[in-house]
Amino acid sequence: MSIQIRLNGEPHTLSTGLTAADLVEQLGLSGRRIAVEINEEIVPRSQHADTRLVDGDHVEVVHAIGGG
Amino acid sequence: MTQQTHVALADTPLTIAGRDFQSRLLVGTGKYKDFTETGAAIAQSGAEIVTFAVRRTNLGQDADAPNLLDAISPDRYTLLPNTAGCYTAKDAVRTCRLARELLDGHNLVKLEVLGDDHTLYPNVVETLKAAETLLADGFDVMVYTSDDPIVARELEAMGCCAIMPLGSLIGSGHGIQNPHNVRLIVEQSKVPVLVDAGIGTASDAAMAMELGCDGVLLNTAIAHAREPLRMANAMKLAVEAGRDAFLAGRMPRRQSAAPSSPFAGRING
Repeated sequence: MSIQIRLNGEPHTLSTGLTAADLVEQLGLSGRRIAVEINEEIVPRSQHADTRLVDGDHVEVVHAIGGG
Repeated sequence: MTQQTHVALADTPLTIAGRDFQSRLLVGTGKYKDFTETGAAIAQSGAEIVTFAVRRTNLGQDADAPNLLDAISPDRYTLLPNTAGCYTAKDAVRTCRLARELLDGHNLVKLEVLGDDHTLYPNVVETLKAAETLLADGFDVMVYTSDDPIVARELEAMGCCAIMPLGSLIGSGHGIQNPHNVRLIVEQSKVPVLVDAGIGTASDAAMAMELGCDGVLLNTAIAHAREPLRMANAMKLAVEAGRDAFLAGRMPRRQSAAPSSPFAGRING
């Protein structure tokens, strides 16, 4: 079984039952300085492992880049 | 008579949201060739507060690719996330909350809400809305705004911890187009005033400080100089020179000449 989410504005297919922490790991971003937002709400790092993704979620994963 | 020596002249630190800084130059991290150049130029500038942008991660990229925060360590610099690229209060607030999560609760932000992508001029209506939400949410807000003294006063009254009027359009290098307005804002403000945007070269930065600004924030002037490291150094010196000139108090302007050497005792007298 799989679910469809929007990840950084793009459609993305995931196995059912995965958490935000699983997604971050799949993206190879574990331990990196990133921030996660689901449906326009921040998901604190401490809650990544407890936050299950569901079909239709809008997920943003951001990081710091150069800017003025 | 003993020979006089150079003395270190005292100045008060720049205090923003209760934190003291020795450098009055704040720099951005955009438009550099690579992170090595970013790190070197910023070190050369002597800046202690460094601003950066928040963007989506590039999915599928090499996860070991260098990260900006490796070059600009949060242990060494006070990081100032900005909301560049936001055109609505809502997006700016979301960006600040993401930045706070990114930096483990660090709540100092540079708020900028832009009007259009041709001028990048601040949209003050959205800026005021965003500031209200962010201040209520516990952020310390340094705010990029127009050089309108009434808007600046409003933002200060709301509780913004620094007012940052533009000198001219972001990335334009046109210097300070309306020094009279900047001075009006300086004179009325109790929180630090920093010129943010438009600085093109060292004399622009010195001018901001001579007007009485508490600091200068710039990015492109260093990053797009032919030699960024040398320009970083020039900006450091310009901010220091302008600050000292402001504290020293300039001589009065005169309509006619006044000789520096005495009239009396001339050999042709």
